[in-house]
Amino acid sequence: MSGLHPQLPFPEAAKSELLSAQLRSNLRKVTHTIREKRLSAVAELPYWEELRVLGEATKNEALAHLSDHLLELEKNVKARGGQVHWATDAQEARELVAQIAERHQVRELIKVKSITSDEIELNKALDERGIHAIETDLAELIVQLSHDTPSHILVPAIHRNRAEIQALFNRELPGEGHLSDLPADLAGAARRYLRHKFLTTKMAVSGANFGIADTGTVCVVESEGNGRMCVTLPEVLVSIMGVEKVLPTWDDISVFMELLPRSSTAERMNPYTSFWSGVTADDGPQEFHLILLDNGRSKVLADQTGRQTLRCIRCSACLNVCPVYERAGGHAYGSVYPGPIGAILTPQLLGMQDHNANTLPGASSLCGACFDACPVRINIPQVLIYLRGEVTKDKGPSVEQLAMQGMRLAMSAGWRFEGAIKLARIGQGPLVQDGTISWLPGMLGGWTQSRDLGAFPDQSFREWWRERQRNQAKAGAPTPSDKSPANRDAKEPGEQV
Amino acid sequence: MKVDIFPTCINDALFPRTGQAMVALLERLGHDVRFNPNQTCCGQMHLNTGYRQDAAALAHKFVSDYEDADVIVTPSGSCAAMIRELYPEVAQWTGDHALAKAVSDVSPRVYELSEFLVNRLGITDVGAYYPHRVTYHPTCHAMRSLRVGDAPLKLLQQVRGMTLLPLEGAEECCGFGGTFSIKNPDVSTAMLADKVQHIIATGAESCTAGDNSCLMHIGGGLHRLRSGTRTVHLAHILASTQAEVWV
Repeated sequence: MSGLHPQLPFPEAAKSELLSAQLRSNLRKVTHTIREKRLSAVAELPYWEELRVLGEATKNEALAHLSDHLLELEKNVKARGGQVHWATDAQEARELVAQIAERHQVRELIKVKSITSDEIELNKALDERGIHAIETDLAELIVQLSHDTPSHILVPAIHRNRAEIQALFNRELPGEGHLSDLPADLAGAARRYLRHKFLTTKMAVSGANFGIADTGTVCVVESEGNGRMCVTLPEVLVSIMGVEKVLPTWDDISVFMELLPRSSTAERMNPYTSFWSGVTADDGPQEFHLILLDNGRSKVLADQTGRQTLRCIRCSACLNVCPVYERAGGHAYGSVYPGPIGAILTPQLLGMQDHNANTLPGASSLCGACFDACPVRINIPQVLIYLRGEVTKDKGPSVEQLAMQGMRLAMSAGWRFEGAIKLARIGQGPLVQDGTISWLPGMLGGWTQSRDLGAFPDQSFREWWRERQRNQAKAGAPTPSDKSPANRDAKEPGEQV
Repeated sequence: MKVDIFPTCINDALFPRTGQAMVALLERLGHDVRFNPNQTCCGQMHLNTGYRQDAAALAHKFVSDYEDADVIVTPSGSCAAMIRELYPEVAQWTGDHALAKAVSDVSPRVYELSEFLVNRLGITDVGAYYPHRVTYHPTCHAMRSLRVGDAPLKLLQQVRGMTLLPLEGAEECCGFGGTFSIKNPDVSTAMLADKVQHIIATGAESCTAGDNSCLMHIGGGLHRLRSGTRTVHLAHILASTQAEVWV
């Protein structure tokens, strides 16, 4: 996995992930636990549904006048002593961070967990220029030390177990002696390692959960306090913010302070919420840069159905309730944005021509659990269906397309459908044993690899109905309906071929 | 009441007994059941696979086939959801204003079977008798798209002679998802494995649901494992009486 770009189509990537027993058992345990906790955290608020509507409306307003709010944010950050940069794409954003680091002759910097920085593959780019970025979120540190990639928005090392972390820390954290696998021991070692970095590193990079236009304030929400260290201790702070994270006013933040923690960690309030507006003399970083990143977001905003995706506040509730994510895991999505939100965000950011990313909208049974859990009411199933249409729209002729057209034609009139059923009944002959089909050719073989299929019965419903009508007429009974089959078949109303 | 039925393409072709059970049930309750043989398919498979123009053509056909229906009852949560929740999207995505108008006219008249009985007719005891041990799987589209709530359970709780067994993880998807089951067979199977395991663990003879597409998937898994547990559509249970038990 690198940044946004999946290296494989989802079905292929998922195939191997599904076989990892460790992954499956961790995911089942964690997702089910968070699922239950979220439900009770949400049930505490009798006005939860109203909050969701308010969250949705606030984000919609922010997006409807996005450029105005961003310009206001820029003006107010600058007025408070911060510097604002605009990055059209990942390359520009990476360059901006690297230049700031080089100007300060920094060889090492500390980072607050930021998916946006992973999206632009910042660490790799900095590394190539001899600048080492240190992740300070515990799970991100685990992922980084093991040269791995995150598999969950909120719990990046969800796919790892304690023994693996013990071995990793014993190898990678020097001067700690031999560590046991007790969580307190492991966390203690990480804390000592990170504390030293917090106190000695000159520059930090963060993402942003929210950027508030009317006060020029940036906000980071986190659980471990590492974020608070990063945004207060170093001399230079750079925050990379996706343009969709802007909120119009300070008052807007309150609704998200309720929606986000309850949806994300099932907490009433998250442990650390940091706000800063520009630069404060003799307190905290004396140089602050805000990088506003587009990287495909304007394109998403231009799409009437797809733009709701930009309401996302990265809570990861959709991942935790998703039956596909629960089994396939985050790496199968091949992007820093996994799960249901990733399935709609990644292909939209990359464009529907990306042959691996455009399999992501198909990575869903459309069960709808994600929409119910989403705190800003992104109708993920609707967007998934819409994007599937965008994928096929630009594709050339395919077996699937021909099959769909054929079926539509067969279904364009009752009599045609009846004929098609009769043909299928004959065609299935060699495949049926004891009324069951256990093997199907080609694409349909995906079904029979694990499932049987009952054969087409001798009589369809419409044939039965016609026979019944005839028998009733013969017996002189009044027909229950005046729509005799003969009349309707002749008319074929509304035929669309 | 004059009731037009929409058995759906999959029931018409593969599970005709479900349509017949629904006719038997509605007629037993005193309704005048009508079936327009020109009907075929709602277009859900086309839309969900990415073929919105084909889906739009079938949506046009549906609204025209049911133009003069008072109420339209279907034994499928997902087909009802397609019509009520997704036809407006199809109209919007294809820029088809005529379809949008026709849909807003027909869609309030479309009911999934259990919501028709419980919410529209206000009955939960349909006089059914079904002497079996059964567990119930609430289907995703009935639950989260149509919001039928516990309507199917209310109906099942009134069935005489039946033992209703609780299903662990009942509200989790079985992994069908239409062409998802073919395009992502591995993930789909992993989801099915858990569902099937939970069903077998109940000790029920049958698993019921309000949608034969989900049951085709669950049943396909149960049959492959030779579990001896069957699937039965809700309509069969509700149609069953002391005189005739629908299997």
